[in-house]
Amino acid sequence: MNPSTLLILLLGLTALAYHAGRKRAVTSAGGAARINTLHSLPSYYGFYAALWAAVPALLLMLLWYGIQDSVVTALVKAQLPAETVEGLSPGRLSLLLTDVKNLAQGNILSGEPTPEIQAAADHYARLQQLASYALWLLVLGLALGGMALAVRQTNPRMRARNRVETTVLGIMILFSSIAILTTLGIVISVLFESLLFFQKVSPLEFFFGTLWSPQTAMRADQVASEGAFGAVPLFTGTLLVSAIAMFVAVPIGLMSAIYLSEYAPRRVRSLAKPVLEVLAGIPTVVYGFFAALTVAPVIRGFGESLGLTVASESALAAGLVMGIMIIPFVSSLSDDVINAVPQSMRDGSYALGATQSETIRRVIIPAALPGIVGGILLAVSRAIGETMIVVMAAGLSANLTANPLESVTTVTVQIVTLLTGDQEFDSAKTLAAFALGLTLFLVTLTLNVIALHIVRRYREQYE
Amino acid sequence: MNSRVIEPGAGTPGQAQASPPAPRRTIDIVNASLKRRYAKERRFRFLGAAAVALGLLFVAILFADIVAKGYTAFQQTYIHVPIYFDADTLDPTGERDPRTLANADYTGLVKKSLRRLFPEITERRRLRELYSLVSVGAGQQLQKMVLAHPSLIGTTRDIWLIAGADVDMLIKGHIDRNVPQADRRIRDNALELVDRMVADGRIEKRFNTGFFTNGTSREPEMAGIAGALMGSFYTLSLTLLFSFPIGVGAALYLEEFAPKNRWTDLIEVNINNLAAVPSIVFGLLGLAVFINIFGVPRSTPLVGALVLTLMTLPTIIIASRAALKSVPPSIREAALGIGASPLQTQFHHVLPLAMPGMLTGTIIGMAQALGETAPLLMIGMIAFIVDIPRGFTDAATVLPVQIFLWADSPERGFVERTSAAIIVLLGFLLLMNLTAVILRRRFERRW
Repeated sequence: MNPSTLLILLLGLTALAYHAGRKRAVTSAGGAARINTLHSLPSYYGFYAALWAAVPALLLMLLWYGIQDSVVTALVKAQLPAETVEGLSPGRLSLLLTDVKNLAQGNILSGEPTPEIQAAADHYARLQQLASYALWLLVLGLALGGMALAVRQTNPRMRARNRVETTVLGIMILFSSIAILTTLGIVISVLFESLLFFQKVSPLEFFFGTLWSPQTAMRADQVASEGAFGAVPLFTGTLLVSAIAMFVAVPIGLMSAIYLSEYAPRRVRSLAKPVLEVLAGIPTVVYGFFAALTVAPVIRGFGESLGLTVASESALAAGLVMGIMIIPFVSSLSDDVINAVPQSMRDGSYALGATQSETIRRVIIPAALPGIVGGILLAVSRAIGETMIVVMAAGLSANLTANPLESVTTVTVQIVTLLTGDQEFDSAKTLAAFALGLTLFLVTLTLNVIALHIVRRYREQYE
Repeated sequence: MNSRVIEPGAGTPGQAQASPPAPRRTIDIVNASLKRRYAKERRFRFLGAAAVALGLLFVAILFADIVAKGYTAFQQTYIHVPIYFDADTLDPTGERDPRTLANADYTGLVKKSLRRLFPEITERRRLRELYSLVSVGAGQQLQKMVLAHPSLIGTTRDIWLIAGADVDMLIKGHIDRNVPQADRRIRDNALELVDRMVADGRIEKRFNTGFFTNGTSREPEMAGIAGALMGSFYTLSLTLLFSFPIGVGAALYLEEFAPKNRWTDLIEVNINNLAAVPSIVFGLLGLAVFINIFGVPRSTPLVGALVLTLMTLPTIIIASRAALKSVPPSIREAALGIGASPLQTQFHHVLPLAMPGMLTGTIIGMAQALGETAPLLMIGMIAFIVDIPRGFTDAATVLPVQIFLWADSPERGFVERTSAAIIVLLGFLLLMNLTAVILRRRFERRW
């Protein structure tokens, strides 16, 4: 009774429908010798039948799986005896329902099941079973029905190709709107949870408060702080780490782009460029490991030999390694831009007697500046959104400091910390992660829009 | 430089006559500054070369560091112990019932065999040191053997048992013998036992098959990447299944069919922006939409694949559009000219020619998805899962997340496992990128 079996069965039915539709078309034309009387090629009649068999059934299946669980849960909740449910907070109720589900699936419970819960679990299991039978029946029925309908319609004058092509075009339009749906999904989901958060914590406190300590008390009797959500230390921490990263990446990336595109012999260029680009393909978790286990101890040891106190999770280590990660990003973007500067500008400069470096510094770079700035902005947005390096190498303590040797925390680190582990969707702690996510999304989006705009304007200038 | 060449008033004839010193012509000024300018040129050039060298150095250090830390994990220390498979402990009823065999006291068997090897050790504290030389997984090792071959019962066999993590680290040279006993993971007495066994040839390093066949574990010597590899495999195959048709379909529509209007402009800007949105934001989307609204089960390859699909789509769409653009219009015109419909033109003629470019883009997108960690942390693929997943809806973890989890473990033994897992991950990425490069070289046509 699992979904993959149903899918495979549906696939088989679709193949059958193709075959049936095609055969029917050929017969209706009066045999293989007379297929030229058909409006479309026989295979289009097959595709037509296959589409009718597969598409409605698939849509139903998707919809069904989307709502099955919530419908069944609602039914079970309605069935629970009133005295069990009465006076329960929403949190306790959802805990109870989780117990019911766990019991139904034979998992370990948080306590000994009461008879009511046992009954509810049986009810739940029965409903799930029923739902799954109903789904099988409906899906297979729909597929067979669609197939029968399409095959019945088949006659030599049916414009099968046009119908199939319209459907395919429709599917392609649907696919291309997924990009829009993704953005909408991000904005709506993040915005919705953020609004919930801002009902609990004022935006003023969030954006201008300087104390960040999101650990709220889970139970009323617990001794814990109330939880403070001033995100300024996170913003400064993010800026500090990103600034260190850009301090490493921009000079090295830019200079190597200049050297590789203007000076380097062809052989050096064809070797060094791919090797540098290897840095861009390394997963960030690898950089995080490198930062936490290799770079941080080296920096700490070096700092202590100079008599400085260095935190074991210093902003410097995370920033340095993040900078290394971004080098190929800066260099390949700058490389593109520098190569786009027309040769005539170089020739003009050389003709006036300028040396190569003078040409680069006074002609090429000013001409390429908008593109370079756009590339750097993209790199900054990358640095701000980078997660794994800082999760593994930067700390958790929200210090408001500009000292790179101290431990700082960043927006992305806090999102990860707040959302891994136990979650309660109505606690300010979890919602805070979404507010941080919204901030992150908006900032990077703005940077990207500006950067892409600058780069595009620049490209147009020389095309 | 122009401003410097035409210095104020320099070299005009009127002034030259008025002032007695020899005329300073432009060329003299230029010549005088040449040395300085050439030095500047050399400095600039050196800086460029230094930047490239520094970049290459970083690559070298990164790889050298990881390989140096990780290569030892491909070997595992084993201890050679004669084991008597005692019928009374393993199978008192004599029925060879698999359930009895599975639940027998294998750890006791290991301990008994060790005691027989060193009969002079009787003191309890020293016995504990002796037992700790062998991994807690040794019992499981024996259990597996007995379950596979119940005929072993009643016989004595020489078996290479998995050594404990401390012995493993000692043999691989990661524990310094010269530090005082209190600061060392392995005590002096145990050290002496190990040395005796090494002298007897009872300790040996062998290829670590467990690393590739085990799931994760709390004990470094028992931890393997099989679970994470299977999780990555399931997640990536689903991602490919979703993202390739969607990406190619979207690219085809946008490049070939879409009217140029504000809606398609919006889609285009959107795709470019999505390509630059931080990956963690996709994790938030997955958590809020896929898990909380649509009820997709947490921690599964299915929900991971959905998130990764949305993440890789921009890459695939952008690459596919570029591939479509490179197919010359004459192909389309020829197909349309002999009566193909627009869709037939695309599917029969343009798409096959653009396919290598699309596949290259897809492979690069898949490589990104394989290395991605952050969004998967949000959707619960971070759980400690010992079992190897066997389907798309089993709780699973993926290779990069496994690396992240192991990197957090304090044991020395996990450092080398983490590095080894990174080597495996980088190996896969290298393979994928190499395939992409070869595909591009062999099949991409220049028109």
